[in-house]
Amino acid sequence: MATTAVRTAAHRAAPRGRRAYGIAPTAILLLGAVYCLLPVSWVLVAATKSKAELFSTTAFAPGTGLLSNLADLAAYRDGVFWLWLGNTFLYAGGGALLSTAVSTISGYALAKYDFRGRNLVFNMLIGGILVPAVVLAVPQYLLMSAVGLADTYWSVLLPQILHPYGIYLARIYATAAVPDALLEAGRIDGAGHWLLLRRVALPLMLPGMVTIFLFQFVAIWNNFLLPFIMLGDDQKFPLTVGLYTLLAAGANQPSLYNLIITGALVSIVPLVALFLTMQRYWRTDLAGGALK
Amino acid sequence: MSTLSTRRTPAPYLFLAPAVLLFGLFLAIPIGYTVYLSLRGTKVSGLGLGKGARQEVFTGLDNYAAAIGDGELWAGWLRVLGYGTLVLVVMLGLALLFALLLDSAHVRLARFSRIAIFLPFAVPGVAATLLWGFLYLPSLSPIRQVLDVDLLGSGTVVLSMANVAVWGGVGFNMLVLYTALRAVPRDYYEAARLDGASEVQIALRIKIPILIPAIILTTVFSIIATVQVFTEPTTLRPLTNTISSTWSPLMKVYRDAFVTGDIYSAAATSIVIAAISLVLSFGFLRVVRDRAFGEG
Repeated sequence: MATTAVRTAAHRAAPRGRRAYGIAPTAILLLGAVYCLLPVSWVLVAATKSKAELFSTTAFAPGTGLLSNLADLAAYRDGVFWLWLGNTFLYAGGGALLSTAVSTISGYALAKYDFRGRNLVFNMLIGGILVPAVVLAVPQYLLMSAVGLADTYWSVLLPQILHPYGIYLARIYATAAVPDALLEAGRIDGAGHWLLLRRVALPLMLPGMVTIFLFQFVAIWNNFLLPFIMLGDDQKFPLTVGLYTLLAAGANQPSLYNLIITGALVSIVPLVALFLTMQRYWRTDLAGGALK
Repeated sequence: MSTLSTRRTPAPYLFLAPAVLLFGLFLAIPIGYTVYLSLRGTKVSGLGLGKGARQEVFTGLDNYAAAIGDGELWAGWLRVLGYGTLVLVVMLGLALLFALLLDSAHVRLARFSRIAIFLPFAVPGVAATLLWGFLYLPSLSPIRQVLDVDLLGSGTVVLSMANVAVWGGVGFNMLVLYTALRAVPRDYYEAARLDGASEVQIALRIKIPILIPAIILTTVFSIIATVQVFTEPTTLRPLTNTISSTWSPLMKVYRDAFVTGDIYSAAATSIVIAAISLVLSFGFLRVVRDRAFGEG
């Protein structure tokens, strides 16, 4: 009897709750979605407008100038914009690849070997996450100049390889995905450490490596401070610094607005595409799971 | 746990060598060098002309004294404090609200909303500031067509800038909190539901307490990022004359180091910024720990 009473109460409570909130949760989330899509959809529309249309038509009315805007962007200072795009791919792609490699072998060693100083090394590497970029940027520039590397591709690429969060994730992936028994079996068969890493651990860690790659790719793609400080030659700029100089030059010249808007659109398209196609790799749960 | 530990082997050291090398070159040495520089300065003898007239000398804590006594830097701290409080509260508040709503039972189009809200994560800070900057401009803005407020005025520019940071950060934080929620077994809530608890009660009494570690993590990272704010004000500057070249402390470091060429005071200021962000992060952790675990 008692159970039935509770059940009925619960059954009565649930629909009442549902009716009380109604579509409010859905509506709030959709409002959030609209807020987040607003600037992106605006730039998508604005990039299609010709110079005249940009200031005369309503904000979200599509225009007719997309192709001529793209042509103008391509022609801007002999195509420097495409160079920036290429540089960004080089920095983000190369940096993320190296970073994933370093994170993976470090995480694997920390997860699967017991050795003197393991905790010390781990805490030291992870502690790096707490060091604000500002303490590093200025001395990194001075040290790079001292060895003649300032204003080179290396000056932007090298400081972004070490990624504490990547090592942290890799250690969790290695612990979770590489069974000790498998390594043990390989060892009994006479496989060396390097072979075990390559043939046994790496294939199992691959999905985790993709996640690390993506996070680092986005972080480098979006970085502004480091290349802004390191580079003087605009032929080596990534998009972020290039866009900034474009804005700084064109903020007072409305005739350049089309160029800046189209540039902004082109600079977000690759990442948005990567983001939407790689949905299932954007996982933060393993990181969250380690908090327990 | 480690089966490979039975033999003494240099393998783990070799595997860790690249990371440790990079740590030394790009973290330890630069940090040490910053500390060193912050204790030095130039001494000008005579008219300051000719070779040897400018000498690098040890100046003790002079640079720190100058940094702490610098009114411009303090004004920057105050601006960042206002801006940062606003960003942290609104961004993390919205992230928590969205994560709880996504996790609640009856939401339609949840997948669409989740992807849309996470999308700004893929937009670089410079591009985000630029897009919003144009949306704030009277000549282009669809917002200005509805709302007659100067969004880049001296009173409103902080709000406009905070909006850019909230927009860029809310999705990532929402995802971290949402994934933490998904990891909780569903039957936790079932018992509460049977007892007649409403969804709001479940959210407040069960879900938020479970989320505390994830909320702490996102708060600490947001504090560290906010104290160093640089990209947004720097990018917005060309569009308005209400942002000075020393608007945030990090902008002052940049100006000292690369415009006025005083790397010593730039080094001291960076150390002060780092110290303040560490104090804030650890202070926050302490307060939370005392409140969460000190009462029992």
